Order: sequence, then C-alpha cells, then structure tokens
Amino acid sequence: MGNEIVLSVSHLSKQYRKGVKAVDDLSFSLKEGEIFGLLGPNGSGKTTTILMLLGLLESTEGTVEVLGHNPFRTPLVVKRQVGYMPDAIGFYEYMTAYENLDYTARFLGLDANEREKRIKASIAKMRLTDRMHDKVKTYSHGMKRRLGLAELLVKEPRIAILDEPTQGLDPQSIREFLSLITSLRDSEGMTFLLSSHQLDEVQSVCDRVGLFSRGKLISFGSVDALGEEHFGKEVLIDLQAEGKDDLELLLKKQKGVIGVDRQGDNHYLVTASEDIRPILAQQVFSAGCNLTSLEMKKHSLNEIYQLAYKEASNE
Amino acid sequence: MNKREGSALTGLKVIWLKEMQDYAGNIRMIILMLLIILTAGASMYVAAQTLRSFVGEDSFMLLNLFTISQDPIPSFLSFISFLVPLTGIALGFDAINSEFQNRTLGRVLSQPIYRDVLLFGKALGAVSAMAIILLALWLLVIGCAMLFLGVPPSGEQIARAFAFYVVTLLYALLWYLVGMMFSIIFRQSAVSALVAIALWLFFMIFWPMISQLLAYAFGGGDSFQTAKLEVVLGRISPYRLYTESALAILNPSTRSLGVVLFSQLQGAIMGSALPFGQSMLLIWPHFTAFLATIILLFAIAYVLFQRKEIRM
Repeated sequence: MGNEIVLSVSHLSKQYRKGVKAVDDLSFSLKEGEIFGLLGPNGSGKTTTILMLLGLLESTEGTVEVLGHNPFRTPLVVKRQVGYMPDAIGFYEYMTAYENLDYTARFLGLDANEREKRIKASIAKMRLTDRMHDKVKTYSHGMKRRLGLAELLVKEPRIAILDEPTQGLDPQSIREFLSLITSLRDSEGMTFLLSSHQLDEVQSVCDRVGLFSRGKLISFGSVDALGEEHFGKEVLIDLQAEGKDDLELLLKKQKGVIGVDRQGDNHYLVTASEDIRPILAQQVFSAGCNLTSLEMKKHSLNEIYQLAYKEASNE
Repeated sequence: MNKREGSALTGLKVIWLKEMQDYAGNIRMIILMLLIILTAGASMYVAAQTLRSFVGEDSFMLLNLFTISQDPIPSFLSFISFLVPLTGIALGFDAINSEFQNRTLGRVLSQPIYRDVLLFGKALGAVSAMAIILLALWLLVIGCAMLFLGVPPSGEQIARAFAFYVVTLLYALLWYLVGMMFSIIFRQSAVSALVAIALWLFFMIFWPMISQLLAYAFGGGDSFQTAKLEVVLGRISPYRLYTESALAILNPSTRSLGVVLFSQLQGAIMGSALPFGQSMLLIWPHFTAFLATIILLFAIAYVLFQRKEIRM
C-alpha cells in the first residue's frame, strides 16, 4: 500500500428534498493500493456516497477529492481514472460481451486496436474468453459480475469502486471474486473501494473498513483495530482436545482466562486477556490429552458491527 | 460560474452510432417500416391508377400522388399522418426507462461523458433513423411517380415534396420527444407507451371535438369569432398543424389555412396555384410552432433527466 491519498472525503452530507439525510458528515480517505470496505446494511447510505464520489450526485455539504479533482466539477477527469461497478449491474442483453465492452471502451477515446487489445486481455483475466462472442442474455449472474469487472479493467482505472460486488453470488463465486480483487490489487496496484452489506464476506480482503449506519460512519479502521476498539484486548482461543471428558475446569484455572465456553464434547472457546495459547497447550498435554486444534479466533466484523451500532445508538 | 471541462459533446458520436445500430436491427422498427411501405404502397398504387388518365392536364401530378384517395383506401398523406406519430412514439417510449430496467444507466454514466450527452445521443439517433426511413419513402414515391406516370417531376414539385419531408420529420420528432419525455417520467415502459399513445389519440380524435365545443362556448354567438377561435384552439393539436401544413405544401391551390371572409377573396383567381415561396409563408407559423414545441419538449425532457436520480 502506498502513502499517496487518492480519495478523500471531508464532512460530506447529502440531504434529499424530503428532509431525509442519506449521508451525514462523512469523512475518510483512501491510500493508493488499499482495499477499503464501506460496510453497512441496505439503505445506510453507501450507494449515495459512491454516487457522490463519481460526481453522479451532488452533495449538500462537504467536499470530495478523487485523485486531486472534484468529481462534480471535473467529472470527465475523474471518470476516466475511476472504474465503477454498480450493485445492480446490467448489460445490453442483445449484444455480445465483447460488443458491450467495446461500446463503453469507445467512450475512452481509444483507437480500435487498443480497444481490442484491452478488451481481450480483460476478458481473459476474468476467464470469459470462450464466451466473449456470446450474447450477454446467455450469461449467468456470476458471469455478468465478472464481465462487469472486465469492463472496469478495460478502463485501466487507478481506483475501482465496486458497489455490492458479491450480491447474488454463491459462496464459491464470492471466494473467487474476492481473490480476483486481491490479485488485481497486487498485480495492477489498483485501489479498491468495496461497498457491501455482507460484512463477514468482504472483511477477509479489506485493509480497512468503514462501518456505516443511517448515513453515518460509526467506526473506521482495520478489522483488528476495530475489534480491539470495541472488544478491548481480550482474545478468543478455539481449542479442541481429545482424551478427557471435561477440560473446562482445568482451562478456567489458568492465569489470564476470563471464561470458557464449551462448544461440543471436545471443543472449547476460551476468552482470555491475552494470547495464552502456549500455556493452554502445555496444560492440555499435562492432563494427558491430545491437542487436535488450537487457534486464535478474531471477532467477526458482524460482531464488531453489532457492538459499534449499539454503542453509536447509546451515544 | 464554473465552465464545463472538456467538450460537452464527448461521447455523443458513440451513443448516436449505437442507437442507429440498435434501430437498424430492431424488430419494432422493421414491423413499422413494413407497415408504412405496405399501406403507403397501396395508396400510391391507387393514386397512380387514378392519375394516369389526367397525365398532361395537371402540372402537379407528383404532389397529387400524396393526396388522392379512392374508397376504401385512404390517401398516402392520411396513412403517413397516422403512422408517423406511432413510429415516433415506438422509438421513444422506452428510450430512458429501458436503461433503468436493463440497469445499464449507471454503467454508461460512469464513463467519461456528461449525463446530457446520453439524451442528445438518443434523440439524434432516433432523428437519424426516422430521417432515413422517411427519405427512403420519399425517394420511393418519386421513383414510383416516374415509373407509373412516365412524367418527370418539376423542380417545384421536388421542392414541395422535400418541404413535406421536412415537416413530416418534424412531426415524427415531436412524437418521439413526447415518448422520450414519458420514458423519463415513468419507470415502466408499458406505462410510458400507454400515456404517449393516449395523448396522441387525444389530440387526433378528441381535441377537434373539444376545441369546437370550447369555441361555441366562448365564441360569444358571433359565427366568425367562433370559427376563428375554433381554428386557434384546433391548432394546439400537432395533428392539425401537420395536416394543415401538408395540405398547403402538397396542394398549391391552397390560399389560406384560416377563416377567410368573402371580401378578402375579391380579385383572387380561384384554383390557381400559389408559388412555392407563398405556400411556405402560409405554413411558416405552423413550422415555427413545430420547432417551438420540439424545443420545449426537449427542454422539459432535459431538465427531468438531469434531475433524475440515477440509482435503480
């Protein structure tokens, strides 16, 4: 991740005519090569924020700077360098995948050879080469998502904004899609802004996340930092051991253990004040048991969100 | 005030060409073209058969092809005045809401173009498509006239036929813009189509009746005033504007489109043809009204589209 700030939002607000505040005093920034997750439930203001970042919607208050430009005042410069994949992505179904991509590539002012080169390369990256001359109406939902990402790559953008990219995808496709994003960041150095309401799915790829609720950013940082911010320094240790009926009492006696939650016959979830895995391992062996699994569990983004939301509501 | 960065027309050519390409293979367009060719062909054939016996007697044979009818087939002009608005509406009723329904609007507008270019490009594409269809039809009529009648049209007849082509194109554009405007207002294309057709039927069938009733109600019992009011109110309908313009262009003996007193006809040689320039002067207010309505409709569509929330 670089140090250059490529996108910054300062005190951004959007109020609709009916008085509804869709986005309220939003401030954050993105560094080059970062994968940032704008996470929150449906209707929390994520898409409104994205549309303002692209200059497709004017803010009521605050400023947006994308690659040093105001997207509402100089939209062409911004749109040339920012790729966008909407949540409800659609293509001209009667056209082939290639024709669809060629249509949008023409807006970039590229000559025919360059267009062809970029389109073919992007389609190949998304593993759609053998279907590129098929009409889009024959594509599955997952293929359309990949085609959307291919379209974005044709532009060779510095920043990619993906609105609900995993929506409607099966778990396998989600894993594939997220790994594609990570590999693109690594190979092309692109900065990604992902918006999603499926918190746990995207947390795996995000360097930092912003948690959204009712138009406000209620928490912001890396998942680990947010876990620490909301749950303190306590850690969760997942332990599985065979050979003795009940290890609960033994585990509870150890220094630093706050609580033990039995998950199954040989399965325990230990809450501790710090990482005491070596001590727990030693005690399990001393008790004559076989340790089959011992790993630190992080607080899920969903848990963090629930707590952050509760804290924000109480303030 | 901030000036726009880059050309305001960036991307216009791309959208225009795509729209033209879409119309070329569009089943809707093919059906409409077949319908126009069949109906117009039938009326042309009947008119040509009737006119053969008058070759040499009439100096405006070509123009008569457009207006002569024989039961049960109406004239070419009647067919055109009925089918052209349908063509315009058929091309425009889903111009914008189809982009919403197909969820392509966000994708297209996130490309380096200004939002209004989409509207300009679509309108330009539709105008070009309609211009090509009508030109083909126009050339077909002139070709048929020479084939059936064996008489080459004079320069004035060509000029009048061309003026008729331009007015017909404006009429088609007006209804296209009505369709496009409703496609911005309504998210469902079925609703926008229905509303546009309802408006067309209203102006074609109901407005003449309503304008007569209104003229009687507000004419104050004076038959001249009533007639004048009826003409003014009737001309609110684009259908009337179009038929009056077509009549003045295609029938050179038309000397007035409004109410004329007997005293005003003194000295006039009835039945003699007006020069082309005089006929154009006669329809100039109609032409201006067409242009003004087109500009107004486009301006309304423009404002509505610019204010439209683009999210689905």
